[in-house]
Amino acid sequence: MKYNERLIQSGLLITAFSTIAILILIGVFILKEGLPVILKVGIKDFICGVNWSPIEEQFGIFPMIMGSIWITAGALLFSLPLSLACAIYLAEFSTPKIGKILKPTIELLAGIPSVVYGFMGMVILFPLIRNYLGGPGPCILAASIILGIMILPTITSISIDSLQAVPYSYREGSLALGATRWQTVKMVVLPAARSGIIAGIILGVGRAVGETMAVIMIAGNAVIIPDSILDPVRTLTTNIALEMNFATGEHRQALFATGIVLFIVIMLLNIIANLIAKRKVITK
Amino acid sequence: MKIKPAFTEQIVKKILFISTAFTVLILLFIIFYILKNGLSVIDLEFLLTSPKELGRAGGIFPCIIGTILLPLIAIIIATPLGVGTAIYLTEYKREGRLTRIIRFGTECLAGVPSIIFGLFGFVLFVIYLGFGWSILSGGLTLAFMILPTIIRTSEEAIRAIPYSYREVSLSLGGTKWQTITRVVLPSALPGIVTGVILGIGRSVGETAAVIFTAGSSLRVPASLFDSCRTMAVHFYILAREGISMENAYGTAAILIIAILFINLVSYWLMHRFMAKFS
Amino acid sequence: MGDKIIVKNLDLFFDTLQALKSINLRIKTKEILSIIGPANSGKTTFLRTLNRLNELIPYAKLKGEVYLDGKDIYKEDISLPWLRRKVGMVFALPVPLPRTIFENIAYGPKLYGITSKAELTELVEKSLRAAFLWDEVKDRLNESALKLSGGQQQRLCIARTLALEPEVILLDEPCSGLDPISTAKIEEALHELKKEYTIVLVTNNTKQAARVADRVAFFLMGELVEYGQVEQIFTVPKDKRTEDYISGRFG
Ligand SMILES: Nc1ncnc2c1ncn2[C@@H]1O[C@H](COP(=O)(O)OP(=O)(O)OP(=O)(O)O)[C@@H](O)[C@H]1O
Ligand SMILES: [Mg+2]
Repeated sequence: MKYNERLIQSGLLITAFSTIAILILIGVFILKEGLPVILKVGIKDFICGVNWSPIEEQFGIFPMIMGSIWITAGALLFSLPLSLACAIYLAEFSTPKIGKILKPTIELLAGIPSVVYGFMGMVILFPLIRNYLGGPGPCILAASIILGIMILPTITSISIDSLQAVPYSYREGSLALGATRWQTVKMVVLPAARSGIIAGIILGVGRAVGETMAVIMIAGNAVIIPDSILDPVRTLTTNIALEMNFATGEHRQALFATGIVLFIVIMLLNIIANLIAKRKVITK
Repeated sequence: MKIKPAFTEQIVKKILFISTAFTVLILLFIIFYILKNGLSVIDLEFLLTSPKELGRAGGIFPCIIGTILLPLIAIIIATPLGVGTAIYLTEYKREGRLTRIIRFGTECLAGVPSIIFGLFGFVLFVIYLGFGWSILSGGLTLAFMILPTIIRTSEEAIRAIPYSYREVSLSLGGTKWQTITRVVLPSALPGIVTGVILGIGRSVGETAAVIFTAGSSLRVPASLFDSCRTMAVHFYILAREGISMENAYGTAAILIIAILFINLVSYWLMHRFMAKFS
Repeated sequence: MGDKIIVKNLDLFFDTLQALKSINLRIKTKEILSIIGPANSGKTTFLRTLNRLNELIPYAKLKGEVYLDGKDIYKEDISLPWLRRKVGMVFALPVPLPRTIFENIAYGPKLYGITSKAELTELVEKSLRAAFLWDEVKDRLNESALKLSGGQQQRLCIARTLALEPEVILLDEPCSGLDPISTAKIEEALHELKKEYTIVLVTNNTKQAARVADRVAFFLMGELVEYGQVEQIFTVPKDKRTEDYISGRFG
C-alpha cells in the first residue's frame, strides 16, 4: 500500500513536469533547426537585414520585425480603449447580473477561430478600405483592426478580474468622502488594479504578436518596411506560415530561425507579465 | 467653467456603456453575418459528401471527420496529463518553489503562439518521429497546445472541492489516492469536463498548428497515419485561394455553430459546478 | 477494565503556537470519556492526535507517545488506514459526501475491500440502526445524503463511522449545531454504543458531559487541568479553574 502511494506520487510528479518538458522540447527543436542559419548569416545581419530573398540566400527579417511591431501597435491602439472601457463598465458600473452575462459573452470573442476573423477582414474591411481610403485592401490598418478585436477578450477578461480583486473597502473609503463612482474608479480602483491590467495588456500583446492565420489573410504579406498604415506588411508569424509549405534546406532553417526570434519575444512577454502579476500579489 | 462631477459621471457612464455594447455588437455581427450567408449552404448533402474540384463543389464530409478526430486524439492525450498535473499541484504539493515553477511553465506554454506549435509539431512528429502529415501528428500537437487550458480548469475545479471531503475520506481509512479517485475527482468532474470541452473548442478552431502537422488531404482518412483536413483548414483554403465563397460560408457556419455550442455547454457546466461548491 | 488508549507527554505545536502541553491521559476500554473546556483550549486538536489527522496540517509538529492497545501509533510501521479504521471520527459539522445515503455508509467498508452487495447492505442497515437513523431513512437509501436535515446528517456521519466497525469513536462536538430533539437522539445512541465501543466525546456543553460521560477531562489553554469520574469533577473538582469553568464563571 505505502509502496503504491509512493509510486503514484512519483508518476504524478513526472506528469506535472510535462508542460515544462514540452516548453524545453519546443525550444530545443526550433533552436536545433534554426540556429545554424542564424550563425551563418550572423545575428546582426539576420535581425537587422532588410533583404529577405530565399532564392539568393538573403535572410534578413527586419521588415517582418517592423511588420509585427506596426500591426501590434495598431491593434493595441484600437483594442486598449475599448477593452478597458468594457472592463470598467462590467466590473464597476453594470449590475452584477449584466456583468455575469456579458463577461462570458465577450470572452466568446476569444473562441471564434482566427480564420473566421481573417475572413471577416477580407469581406467587410477590404471593401470599406478600398472605397474610402484607396488601395487594394490588405494593409496594416485592416490587420490592426481585426487583431484589436481578437485581443480584446484577453485584456478585458484579465482587467475585470484585477478590478474585482480590489477590496471593496477601498471603494467605500472613497465613496464615503463624497467622491462619485467614476472619481473613485479613476483615483482609487484603477491605480490599485494597475499591475493586473498591465499584465493583461502584455498578454494581449503576446497574442497579437503570435497571431498568424488572421494576419495572413488581411495584412498583404509584402516584404517591405512600411511607412503608412495602408501599406501591406509581413509579420514574423506570417513569414513562417507563408513559406513553410515549399521551403527546403537553408530556406526552411531560416523560417525556423524566424520562429526562434518569435519564441524568444513571446517568452520575454510572458515572463514580464508573470513578474508584474506576481508583484500585485505581494503588494496586496 | 467647471464641469460638475455628477455630470462627468453621466457622460463617462454613457461612453463606457456604448463601448461595451459596441463590443458585444461586433461579436453578434460576426456570428449573424456568417450564419446568414452560410446556413443556406448547409444541407445533408453538404455534410455527407466529399468535396469535388478541390472544394468548389460537393460537401465537406472528410473535413468533419478530421475535425472530430484531431481534437479527440488531443484530449485523449492531454486530459490525463493535465488532470495529473492538477492533482499533483493541488493534492501533493504545498505552495512553494516547485509549484511556482510548474505554474509558470504552464502559463508560458499557454502563451506560445500556435504557429510555433505548428513548427514544433512539424519537426518533432512529422519529420523526426516519422509520423508524416497525419492525424496522429496533428492530434499530438494539439494535445500540447490545449494542455495548459486543461491544467488550469482542472486545478480550479479540484480546489473548489471542500477540504472537509478529503478529511472525511481519510478519517474513514482511505489512502490519499483512494481519497483522490473516489471523492475529489468525482466531485470535480464537471469542472474538469469544462476544461476538456474548452480544449476541444480551441482544437476545432485551430489552423496554424494543424495545417503543418496534419496536412490538408481531402480524402477520408483510413488510419491515424493518414493526412486529413479539418474544417478550419478547409475554410482557410477555400477563402484564401478564392475557391468557393459559398462553400467557405457554409463551412464557417458549421464551425461557428460548433464553437457556440461548445462554449455554451462549458459555460453552463462550470456555472452549475461553481454554484454547487460556493 | 484495561486502558484502551494511553497518552504520554504529548506536545503539539502549530509552527510556534503550542496547542497541547504535555498531556498525560488514559482512556479506558468501553467508557465514554468527555472532554470539556473553553474555545481554543485544544480539545479538537487533542482528538485529532488520536487518529493522526493532524498530520494533514504540514506545519503541525508532535512530541510524545500515544498507545492504542499498547502499540505506539506514531511508530513508522503503523498503517494510517488501519489506524483510522480502528479509531473512527465524527466531525463537529456533519459532512455528508455528495452521494446517496447508502453510498455514504458503504464508503469506508468499500475502501478496505468489501464488495459483496449483501454484506454491504447488512452493514449499512446495522450501522444506521445503531445510529438511530434507520427508521427515518430506510425507504430512501438511494437518495442524496445532502437532502437530510442537520440532525439526520450528523447521525449519518455517526453511522458512517460505525460501518468501519471501529474500536474507538472520536466525536467532536457532534451536537453543536443541533436542536434539542436531535441532540437527545444522539445521546440515546451514545448510551447504546458505549456497550461496544470506547468513546471520546468533545463537548462544550457541560450538562451533556454530565449526562452521558463516565469520566470527564477538563482542558484549558492546551493543558489537561484534571480528569476523573464525572461525579467527582462536577461536585468536588480538585482544581480551582475547573470549578470556575463548571460553575460558568468563564469560558
Ligand atoms: N490548523 C491549525 N493551524 C494553526 N493553529 C491551529 C490549527 N487548528 C487549531 N489551531 C490552534 O490551536 C489551538 C487549539 O485549537 P482547537 O481547535 O483544538 O480548540 P478547541 O478546544 O477545539 O476549540 P473549540 O471549542 O472552539 O472547537 C487554538 O489556539 C487554535 O487557534
Ligand atoms: Mg473544536
